[in-house]
Amino acid sequence: MNRPTDLPQDAMAGAAAAAAPRVVGRSRPHESAALHVAGAAPYTDDMPELAGTLHAALGLSPLAHGRLLGVDVARLRALPGVVDVLLAADIPGENECGSIVKDDPILADGTLRWRGQPVFAVVARTREAARRAAALAKDVIRAEPLPPLLTPEAAHAAGQYVVPPMHLVRGEARAAIESAPHRLTLDFALGGQEQFYLEGQISYALPQEGGGMKVLCSTQHPSEMQHLVAHALGRPSHAVQVECRRMGGGFGGKESQSALFACVAAVAAARLARPVKLRVDRDDDFLITGRRHDFVYSVEVGHDDEGRILGAEVTMVSRAGHSADLSGPVMTRALCHFDNAYWLPDVAMHGFCAKTNTQSNTAFRGFGGPQGAFAIETVVDSIARRLGRDPLAVRRLNFYGLQDRNVTPYGQPVEDNILEPLVGELAARAHYEARRAEIAAFNATSPVLKKGLALTPVKFGISFNVVHLNQAGALVQVYVDGSVLVNHGGTEMGQGLNTKVAQVVAEELGVPFEAVRCTATDTAKVPNTSATAASTGSDLNGKAAQDAARTVRQRLAAFAAQRYGGEGFDPDAVRFEGGVVTVGAERIAFAELVNQAYLARVQLWSDGFYATPGLAWDRQTMQGRPFFYFAYGAAVSEVLVDTLTGEHKVLAVDALHDVGSSLNPALDIGQVEGAFIQGMGWLTMEELVWHPQTGLLLTHAPSTYKIPTANDLPPHFDVRLFDRPNPKDSIHRSKAVGEPPLLLPFSVFFAIRDAVSAVGGHRVDPPLAAPATPEAILRAVQAVKAATAATAAAP
Amino acid sequence: MSDPQVPPPASAAAAAGEPRPIRFVHRGRTVELDPRTPATRSVLDWLRDDCGLTGTKEGCNEGDCGACTVVLGDVAADGTLALQPVNACIQFVPTLDGRALFTVEDVGTPAALHPVQQAMVACHGSQCGFCTPGIVMSLWATYERHRAAGTRPTRQQLADDLSGNLCRCTGYRPILDAGEQMFSIAPAAGFDPQPVLAALRAMAGDGAAAHPGFHAPRTEDELAALLEAQPGARILAGSTDIGLWVNKQFRALPDLVFVGAVASLKRIETRDDGTLVIGAGASLESAWSALAARHPALRDVYLRFASRPVREAGTMGGNVANGSPIGDSAPVLMALDATLVLRRGDRVRRVPLDGFYTGYMQNQLEPGEFLAAIEIPPAPPATAMRAYKISKRFDCDISAVCAGLALTWADDGETIAAARLAFGGMAATVARARGAEAALVGQRWTEAALRTAQAALASDFAPMTDLRASAGYRLQVTQNLLERLWLETRPGQPLPESAVSVFARPGALPEEAPR
Repeated sequence: MNRPTDLPQDAMAGAAAAAAPRVVGRSRPHESAALHVAGAAPYTDDMPELAGTLHAALGLSPLAHGRLLGVDVARLRALPGVVDVLLAADIPGENECGSIVKDDPILADGTLRWRGQPVFAVVARTREAARRAAALAKDVIRAEPLPPLLTPEAAHAAGQYVVPPMHLVRGEARAAIESAPHRLTLDFALGGQEQFYLEGQISYALPQEGGGMKVLCSTQHPSEMQHLVAHALGRPSHAVQVECRRMGGGFGGKESQSALFACVAAVAAARLARPVKLRVDRDDDFLITGRRHDFVYSVEVGHDDEGRILGAEVTMVSRAGHSADLSGPVMTRALCHFDNAYWLPDVAMHGFCAKTNTQSNTAFRGFGGPQGAFAIETVVDSIARRLGRDPLAVRRLNFYGLQDRNVTPYGQPVEDNILEPLVGELAARAHYEARRAEIAAFNATSPVLKKGLALTPVKFGISFNVVHLNQAGALVQVYVDGSVLVNHGGTEMGQGLNTKVAQVVAEELGVPFEAVRCTATDTAKVPNTSATAASTGSDLNGKAAQDAARTVRQRLAAFAAQRYGGEGFDPDAVRFEGGVVTVGAERIAFAELVNQAYLARVQLWSDGFYATPGLAWDRQTMQGRPFFYFAYGAAVSEVLVDTLTGEHKVLAVDALHDVGSSLNPALDIGQVEGAFIQGMGWLTMEELVWHPQTGLLLTHAPSTYKIPTANDLPPHFDVRLFDRPNPKDSIHRSKAVGEPPLLLPFSVFFAIRDAVSAVGGHRVDPPLAAPATPEAILRAVQAVKAATAATAAAP
Repeated sequence: MSDPQVPPPASAAAAAGEPRPIRFVHRGRTVELDPRTPATRSVLDWLRDDCGLTGTKEGCNEGDCGACTVVLGDVAADGTLALQPVNACIQFVPTLDGRALFTVEDVGTPAALHPVQQAMVACHGSQCGFCTPGIVMSLWATYERHRAAGTRPTRQQLADDLSGNLCRCTGYRPILDAGEQMFSIAPAAGFDPQPVLAALRAMAGDGAAAHPGFHAPRTEDELAALLEAQPGARILAGSTDIGLWVNKQFRALPDLVFVGAVASLKRIETRDDGTLVIGAGASLESAWSALAARHPALRDVYLRFASRPVREAGTMGGNVANGSPIGDSAPVLMALDATLVLRRGDRVRRVPLDGFYTGYMQNQLEPGEFLAAIEIPPAPPATAMRAYKISKRFDCDISAVCAGLALTWADDGETIAAARLAFGGMAATVARARGAEAALVGQRWTEAALRTAQAALASDFAPMTDLRASAGYRLQVTQNLLERLWLETRPGQPLPESAVSVFARPGALPEEAPR
């Protein structure tokens, strides 16, 4: 039993002070930091294996498109260590793991859809035996090749889509473009991006009594894993429990696409009545799962003499891959972010999710938002160059207004616009104008190396674009010793969600952070949860956990008022701070009060629930109020480009990002910085290459797919938070931070474009493709040189 | 860290010359490897599956992400403990023989964190935490190396030391901060290398170990005899390539002959005539370090050659003998006119590197023959040497093109007497650009000469398009790198490195006058 003396001595002393320090709003390390650095934070593969555990590996399609005729199962079964081989027909329930559209088989059944599609699963005594057997896939799979569609352009030309085309239209775009003083047409492309979570996909299925199944799974969406596993097993959801303590990174790649692995492990475990682990090798992970969609754009805009956009029409074609997965919602978000920070009076947007014989592309931090905003940033940058104006001036000219020019193309008013003050503060801090002049002077005397500078803004809508997903649940349990256990529907993938939720609960109960612990996410505790995605983790789960904690606190307050406050004492006047409960002149240690409440039979635990208010979205008209609020940010980047080789280096970055009132500034800075470098990698070095004939993804491991390293961190990297409370009643007036800063490194890409355009005296728009690899940059340099020479040669 | 137990004195069996098992220092004890362990079992699998030590993570299983970074300890020439971070996923356990293995579990526990770990927590250097143990090990090696030497790394050196550790969450700023701050945190109890050194010295006198399918000769004579007797055996050095054959291709390997225990092969020395001799077993790190000390212009390619852990494990001899057309050693060594010392049995012969390669991954090595050393003659006077590497990423990326370029001027100081222009990534083997060289020899180093040589490159090579670059880019950038060489070394108004390379580091190179 607990006693008041169990409290740290300084807790009582601290209570004497006027106000105990708040738990929220303060930087503190990630709740698992000490475990991380000691290698003592277990991930799914680190859990002790039960005796008798078997290991699965997947046999992958050797064809991008084909008719599956059969698999030589007997040959596989005869291999050393092999216990079983599973085909689609062996799945007792539905052979389906699609997230929204049911078009995603777990194992191939009849048609081979991409090179790398799982066709069979080998279950063996060791992981190595399973992998060795599965590696024989091309020898044991009998199939007839069919012609594949390997690019979004080819699929678009063939009219092959995974979901119907989408159109988001306001006003008369064509008329506005045609009557504008200037017209601009641009065709360009933007590459995809692999999540490259350091911990690969993994599921460990453990059969339970009565046909039940427990799955330890590295996933951002335990509830969906539960439902899909139940379908695959032909069992009700209550028979399946999915648990995830932590992921070694997710970034969207474990939102829907952890399902295939969870389902295979569970089906094999159920069939063999033995625990089965499926941990895919990195190369297979690349070949099986999808990633950020690459996009192809065709844009036409009309603008005035100063660069104001008067009308715009854009066609975006994404590479969806072989199935719908989340491509529809990704395209929706892309269309809803084509405006980014800019007022587009008349606009028509058309989105096509091209069905290709490649991996099914999926969520990745930003979820289409970056792809949408990249298009308009390219447009604004090009308008500025054609008018000979500074791109920042043209950007500011087009910013959303405060009183007018402030409604998004999808009909939601922008009510929390802080673009001007934020960008103004950043431009001043980073000495944008002075550096512009310095760079011009440098470029004038540097024949080989050219510098470039760009400032780009971000406006990002926060909430799932699907209204019903914006809900969350939590459980808060207070034990009689005053310690607190929290469970919520969100998952921990490194972003610090559990730290923030524990801070919120500690704040609500007035206890030290250390008194609160978050447990593994568990479908048996909080049901029907949404994915930890769309940056909503702490917005939703923080509010739900706060609700639960508040219920417990109110019960404790009522009890304390009655016991210590005397007749008529207002329970709302009971204060909970620093582990001490104050009732008038009485001060009681939190643990002591809890113990007394327990003895008085007060319920010390509660559920909590939250549903984001005020959202509306019509999928047909693509109009409504899909976002609770917007998050803003901006960054200035300076780069140095080698015009002989196309190499570049990012010299300096200054960023200012809006997280409302930060719940934990250190974690938020970490999110902004991490997103910046991740987005910079996407736009500069991370290049996906598929074989043009076979459809094999050639960049399927870190040896060939390069994400940034420590030497890519800019020497000057100054990231700060824009400290202003969220006008909306979000959790402690904070703002979501996971995705929006991924758009900040647009400034790097456009600084490179600026440097390349210096080759031609900023008169020619560089046709720079993303990612801006050395080859892409050199190609743009040569194009600018050629166009400049042609202009000079013209009479 | 607990004291290693000094192993028992050599047993009677060992004294009698009977084989002994693989032994190494791990978790403060000298352990013997179970002879049933496959010779190709990775250190990573051995740690996680056989020892239940799950702090070390698998991220890619090919030595490119660093989540599995562990540190190996050896007795250095000066008697101190040399610590090398390596990738556990591509190291075979038997190669640990006679060495010490340190993992994150050895550094500190959650309740008693090492300064490296404390700094990582204080700087918010972990987010998802999966890469973190590997980063802690790289930083720990850096920390102990500098602590022993009484030095501090610069932020740039920290970034170079972390070149083999990918982090997808943080963007690295807090990790580099931690690397700077770790020296400011007082260690609770400093790491004492003495017990480890004692254990290593106690093993040093052992004869060669025996493990099924694995041979680790201690002398070149033993190695030569072994390979002559078993010409089908596979030479294993740093396993930075062979590790992938096992992990990714499931190749069945013949008996392995590990050259890492042959001390004489690791020697790097300068002969009286100025020839630099790099033993074939010398690590890439030490070999490149020696080359860059002689030719400062090689530093960029040195630091960008793979990653620190791969350079610590891999050997320059392996890189040359393997003969990949995209290995970065050969173009540089070819430009430096290196000669290879090949030995088979008692026969020793010398073969110029230029001409050693006979086709894609083919070379002049005969069955049973091995590369013993690489000899690099002193550069003739009035020689300019440059090496340029082009890849998508600065660190640890395979080159699209790698160039080793050397120009030597005649006594008149104006005429080019010799040109050695070697390129990787342009053909099936690393090769010299004969046409471009011919276009320069006998000419003055003028822009006209440059343009002629650039044009000749188009006839010298017909490169291919692959995932790293297109054929067109490869040829264009090769021509442009020749222009960079000209800009840096032309007789009139040569440009400093900082004017022609975005990666130039302040104070990098002494200005080198070609004449």
